[in-house]
Order: sequence, then structure tokens, then C-alpha cells
Amino acid sequence: MSACLDIRSLSAVLPNGQRVLRSVSLSVQPGEVRALVGESGAGKTMIGKAVLGVLPSSVRIVEGDMLLEGEDLGRLAPKARRTLIGARTALIPQDPLTALNPSRRIGPQITDRLVRILGWSGERADKRIRQLLDAVQIRDPERVLKCYPHELSGGMRQRVLIAAAFAAEPRLIVADEPTTALDVTVQKQILRLIAQLQRDHGTAILFVTHDLGVVAKISQKVSVLYAGKVVEEAATADLFTAPQHPYSRALMAATPRYTDPLASLKPVDDAVLAGLAAEIAAADQAWRRPHG
Amino acid sequence: MAEPLISVRGLKVALPDMTRKPLIGRAPLAEILKGLDFDLPKGSVTGIVGESGSGKSTLGRALVRLIEPCAGSISFDGRDISHLSEAELRPLRRNLQMIFQDPMSSLNPRRTIFSIIAAPLKQNGLGDNLKARVAEALQRVGLPQSFASRYRHQLSGGQRQRVGIARALALSPKFVLADEIVSGLDVSTQAQILTLLEKLATEMGLTVAFISHDLSVIRRLCQQVIVMREGRIIEASATDALFDSPKDAYTRELISAIPLPEIDAGWLGTLATTKALT
Repeated sequence: MSACLDIRSLSAVLPNGQRVLRSVSLSVQPGEVRALVGESGAGKTMIGKAVLGVLPSSVRIVEGDMLLEGEDLGRLAPKARRTLIGARTALIPQDPLTALNPSRRIGPQITDRLVRILGWSGERADKRIRQLLDAVQIRDPERVLKCYPHELSGGMRQRVLIAAAFAAEPRLIVADEPTTALDVTVQKQILRLIAQLQRDHGTAILFVTHDLGVVAKISQKVSVLYAGKVVEEAATADLFTAPQHPYSRALMAATPRYTDPLASLKPVDDAVLAGLAAEIAAADQAWRRPHG
Repeated sequence: MAEPLISVRGLKVALPDMTRKPLIGRAPLAEILKGLDFDLPKGSVTGIVGESGSGKSTLGRALVRLIEPCAGSISFDGRDISHLSEAELRPLRRNLQMIFQDPMSSLNPRRTIFSIIAAPLKQNGLGDNLKARVAEALQRVGLPQSFASRYRHQLSGGQRQRVGIARALALSPKFVLADEIVSGLDVSTQAQILTLLEKLATEMGLTVAFISHDLSVIRRLCQQVIVMREGRIIEASATDALFDSPKDAYTRELISAIPLPEIDAGWLGTLATTKALT
């Protein structure tokens, strides 16, 4: 079976020529959760945006291919590309409050997308949304659909957006730090819901996060990023039992663990950072040669 | 255990509830802290943990008397400060310092780092020998002296938080409130800042209230923990005891909800086998 998402050697640059994505290759198989983990500036959100075709205008893709279910996004006309991305992908954003329009009720906001982009009838969209609200354990859908975003708690808003993301049966969901703004107990509920729906619907997920704890619990595959470069790519179980790259090991040691307070929260060693800088510089030099 | 630096008894705080404010007139008060009792022993680091809305930040603000309690007492070094006026508080302020969550918004963008660190020194009558005092503050948090002439936007997140710490500690306070000071930072930077705070707290004999939503961080840094929920203390005990044998069901829930960076297939619980929606 072909990959749901296949990114091949993707590079993107800023207007000043600096590379922000450095020959990124990764794939997400159907029904698989791939985590993208890294610190700020690692380019993990950038990859999600590139897939959804919503990169900021200052970032230019200069090399590489993105294949969505075998279709090369780079070869499609802009309109056909947008239609394809709209039909087969969805986003679960980090901050549901900014993702929702504050002046419209929840119901019309989340059914609109199904009606406008997928051409569903209003009735079909409404029925579908109610099914999904039930799946994300919203007990009183009537009330929630009539609410304005500010009338719901953070956890409820995120449930609504998860329902909206799964409603159109996308093949791929980009989840960009979907639980970062939530309390731990709510985070656990939301991760559980995403895992449940993902399994039931066989959806592939590109799961962007900075939290190795979340990576361990939700994903089967993981790509560790630093400065726009994939420094390690592994099955999640392998990364946690035997991380190969020094940076992966350093990240692991820096992550707090209440079970082992003294061995965790270790600052990243300067030698590791120097090694990374050298690795990035060498990669850039090798890349520039054929690219002038 | 050491004698308390801060002693809180029956503390209640009510704040205007803006969600119920009428169009004209005052918002009704909502009770945020509903009667708290605890001590902060001298020279200890106490973690205050809770989820959003638990009142942990309001408690912090009451401890440094940025807000006035409506009932109960807060005694600092044996003196009740719960109803002192701003003028009466002024001489105490140098001993009640704060490190804020977001150094980007708590550092003035138009001032140099020197002037930011110097401000509290001048206000507290330590304006002589400013250069040396600021230099010492920078050195204490591991920032190079050249940073004195920089501005906030020229610093990384971790460096900004170091400036926040340098400013709070410039006056050698007795008490420091640290409210979610690492929650906006990357894990590698977070580790550096916590290690720094740990070292300085020991060296300077600080009494610290460390507010956080992250129990893993609290376990590393704090000797005792206060667990809050909906304006009440659910459980308060020595850190190891809290983690080894949590007494309250809510504390257990909070601990078990932390996703540890290790494979644990059972953590999410059994996913129900529901049929796919059609």
C-alpha cells in the first residue's frame, strides 16, 4: 500500500536564503500516527503547514516533493491542489480559541466546512457533526452547537475541533500541539479521544509536539527534528529504548520525570549542541554545492 | 522543620467576577480562595500545583500582597501583612520578590537590561554602586556582562528568564514567588533555568513558592508540595511522601495523568471497540 503522506527531501528557504527545512524526508502510512518532535525553531509546525499548503508567504519551497495518497502536490494546479488538500486532510490546531471565530456560534462554524468544501447538504453535515460530537463524548450537543466559543472550556473547545477534524473522514490529520494548552487531566482525555477516533477511522496523523511524554503515548513512528533537519527517524518504541542520535538522548534526559527526578531535567550538553551545529553546517554545505 | 517565614491562616480572597458583570455597575465578587492554612518554612522551596482555575496564581499574588485578602491572615517573618497599606508594605517589598511566567511581557522593551535590573535597586535605596551591583546580579545568573547594554528582543527565551531571575534576586530577598517560570521554555532551556534556581535558592537561603502545573518539575525542585483545586488545598505534604503515597484521589489522578517519556501501552486505558461511523 502506498503511503498516505510521503515527503521527499523537502527544503524551504527564507527570503535571505537561510534554509528553514533541510531536506526533510518522512512518510506516514495509512492509519499510522507519526510524531514530529523538537524544540522551538525545529521546523515541526512548518512541515505541518507545508503539507496543508498554508506556509507563510515569506517561506519558499525550493526542493522536494510532497505526495498525498500518491498524488504529487507540487504538480497540481493551485486550485486542484487546494481542493485535494481540503478533501483529504484536516487540522487539529494548538489553540482552539484562535482557530474558532469568536462571533459565530459553534454549530454553523463547523458544519460550514463540510457544506462549502465538500459540497454536503446542510442536513447531512448536521447529522454527521452530531455523530462526531457524540464520539468525543459531548453529552449535550444541542447546547454546545448553539454556544459561542468563549462559552466553552478549553477542553470542550478542543473536543469540538477534534469532532470537526474527523467529520469529513480525512485520510490525514495534522495535529499541531493539540494538547499543549490543556491541563494534564484534560490532556489525557483528549489524547485518548484522538487515539480512539484515529483507530476507529483508520486515519493517518502527523502529530506535532514538543513533549516526548506525549510522543511515547500517542505515536507509532517518530521523527526528531532540530533546526529544520530530521536528526533521527525511528519506530517510537525503538526511540525510547535505544535513541541513536546524541540530541535525541539529550532531549530524553532533559525531559522531567517524576519517577526519576535526579536523572531527568539534565541541561543539554554543549558538546551535543556543537555537534548539531557542525552537522547542520555540513549538510548545508553539501546542499549548496549543486544549488549554487 | 525550620520555623516558618510565611504563615497563612484561613486565607480567603474574592475577586470581581467579570463574566457576571452587569453592563453598568460593579461586577459581583467571586470567592477564589476558600480558606487556606499552610506554612512556608524558612529556606525551603514549596511547590504549589493545580490545574487552571485552581487559584494557584491568585494565591501567589496574595502571598506577595499584590492583592488584599478578604479574610484570614498572612504573616511574614512574624508580622501580619494581610491588610497593610501600600505605604506600609513598601519597606517589606524588597523581601517579597516575583519571577514572572513570561519574561517577554514582564521586561520593558524600551529599557536596557542594565536599567531593568537597576530599577528595583534604586527604588530600595541601593542606588549607590549600581554598576557593581548589576554586574553581580548578571554574574549570579550566568549572563555575560556585555548583556547589560542589550534590550529584551536581543535575548533568547532562556536568557530573558535569567534576567527576570537576576532582577528578582538583585535585592537579596527573603522570599521569592516563581509563577510558572519555565512553562514557556523548551525542555533543554527549562532544565538550565531550574538548575540555576535550585542552586541560587540553596546559596542565598531563599524561601521560594514555586507555582507550576507540572508535577515532574515540582518533584525535582521542591521539598514540599501543596495541591490545590477550586480554591482549596486538597493535600499538602513533603514531596517524596506525596509522590510515594498520595492520599487524595485527585492527587493520584494528577500524577497518573502525566505522560512519562517511556512506552506504556496501557496508559491511555483500553480503547473501546466501537464500530466505525458511517
